[in-house]
Amino acid sequence: MADITASGQHVRQPDLPPPASEVGVVSWLRKNLFSSLPNAALTLLGLYLLYVIVPSLVEWAFIYAHWVEGVNNKECAQADIPAGACWTMIRARFGILMYGFYPPPERWRVDLTFVLQFAAIGGLLIEGVPYKKYWAIFLFGVFPFLAFYLLLGGIGIPLVETSAWGGLMLNLVLATTGIVASLPIGILLALGRRSKLPIIRLLSVAFIEFVRGVPLITVLFMASVVFPLFMPEGVNFNKLLRVVIGIILFSAAYIAENVRGGLQAIPKGQYEGAMALGLNYWKMNALVVLPQALRIAIPSIVNSFIGLFMDTTLVNVVGQIELLGMGLSSARDPNWLGTTNTALAFVSLVFFIFCFGMSRYSQYLERKLYTGHKR
Amino acid sequence: MAQAAATMHVSDEVMIKLEGVNKWYGQFHVLKSINLTVKKGERIVICGPSGSGKSTLIRCINRLEEHQKGRISVENIELTHDLKNIEQVRREVGMVFQHFNLFPHLTVLENLTLAPIWVRKMPKAEAEAVARKYLERVKIPEQAEKYPGQLSGGQQQRVAIARSLCMNPKIMLFDEPTSALDPEMIKEVLEVMIELARSGMTMICVTHEMGFARTVANRVIFMDRGEIIEENEPEEFFNHPRSDRTKLFLSQILHH
Repeated sequence: MADITASGQHVRQPDLPPPASEVGVVSWLRKNLFSSLPNAALTLLGLYLLYVIVPSLVEWAFIYAHWVEGVNNKECAQADIPAGACWTMIRARFGILMYGFYPPPERWRVDLTFVLQFAAIGGLLIEGVPYKKYWAIFLFGVFPFLAFYLLLGGIGIPLVETSAWGGLMLNLVLATTGIVASLPIGILLALGRRSKLPIIRLLSVAFIEFVRGVPLITVLFMASVVFPLFMPEGVNFNKLLRVVIGIILFSAAYIAENVRGGLQAIPKGQYEGAMALGLNYWKMNALVVLPQALRIAIPSIVNSFIGLFMDTTLVNVVGQIELLGMGLSSARDPNWLGTTNTALAFVSLVFFIFCFGMSRYSQYLERKLYTGHKR
Repeated sequence: MAQAAATMHVSDEVMIKLEGVNKWYGQFHVLKSINLTVKKGERIVICGPSGSGKSTLIRCINRLEEHQKGRISVENIELTHDLKNIEQVRREVGMVFQHFNLFPHLTVLENLTLAPIWVRKMPKAEAEAVARKYLERVKIPEQAEKYPGQLSGGQQQRVAIARSLCMNPKIMLFDEPTSALDPEMIKEVLEVMIELARSGMTMICVTHEMGFARTVANRVIFMDRGEIIEENEPEEFFNHPRSDRTKLFLSQILHH
């Protein structure tokens, strides 16, 4: 009532600062960590777990760890000091962990391939880098052939059989090929599953459901062992290529379902708006529906890609020794007995770095593509 | 007001022809033997209770809905399963929806230039010039770089009208264009539609805005349960409705 003057006019009240209980460290702590009794208990429990885990982890990984160069576990296996990580082993086996049995004089080709790949990916993905179109043409049009030639060789540079490929390099080759090839196939399968044409819909559903019903390890065994049995005598192609195709098709089925989830979130009005303007099926999907559906599906697509990257460790079972396999076999080496923990810690760290990077980029992408501006 | 309608030119050229059109949703007979001829420059308002089939009727004209019996032709192109015909008709027929159906991932300008660039193969610069011209015409040139989600409902609907106009259509269909708007925004959209009608556009509007019907329509059609019950000039339609069903409907929407 006080804000009405004698003449009956409304007087606007000034904006006041919030009360002291809403700002400052103490109020933040109270609101976020100790707002209620159960919340306070959880906070204390969390602090206790950190107290138990972090110091012993730091001791193992840094304080009692062995860093020096060496050729066997003599350095790491001293009985009079507490257990620590044997980074000496990682140093000694670093080459084989990264490149497998790729011959050392030729390893620059692997380095060059991945430098080019990460430069092109960076050029395409990082905002503000010019010439996006040319980066894309290079990455999708030129790079695959260049990488194939650099890694395999044959003409001008020595041939390196794919059976010698291994370590982290193999994980990265499998994951990048899998990701790049399975996304478009998955999108087509998702559109196929929603198609009005019964044959296309049936084929898409059958493929997706069949592949999703089979473990990847089975697909890999089929690709490496069973598939050659069905081929005519003398006709055969590279085992790693068969494995790659298996991974691509496997991943595509999952991507298809992720994309379908995005497609289902697009209101019917978007299709009608596009059709009423005269856009045909492909233009409607490419320009109106998919850009929105893919943005919605980013978290689940990246989830599948991270899963795919992890799944590349399964190629060990068909005799292609990647990073995890190399780590474990290093720890089985008589010179390095007792270093399994170190090997697993190192392998985990490497996988974590790549997967965390993918995860962060996808979150950045989601924010960047958000145009909802809910009012 | 009636004079304004009378000055607008209607030619004898037939733009849309529906002959004995029937449509079913499953067992539900939603359109019953509809006959309708629309000439160039005509402004037709279709009204009727909800579920009467009026939206379905205009959605059949650009084949967003399929009719099962009868013939629909637009500019002498018959709508059949032939995709080429459908796309050709859709290029010439603009449509404005109740819920705007703007593309939220594109800016206003990109919404407007999308179809001219990809369907009409217009160069980008030219498409943008055309788009800005129509944004000017619907009185929101300053919103070109914004996203639809940043605009009010009335502004979004005006963008949607401009988006249709960018394809330079010969016919405009309006499917309850003001039904989803707050009261204070209805006027700004109707003003754009009235201006469009005065420019000689052939229009079919499904709407309950009877003021609009009186101002610009040269024919009002009343539909109920899938049938055209009555059609007449607006003055006659509102002042001397013939059927009891029309009288009841008019009393419900005009005096509440």
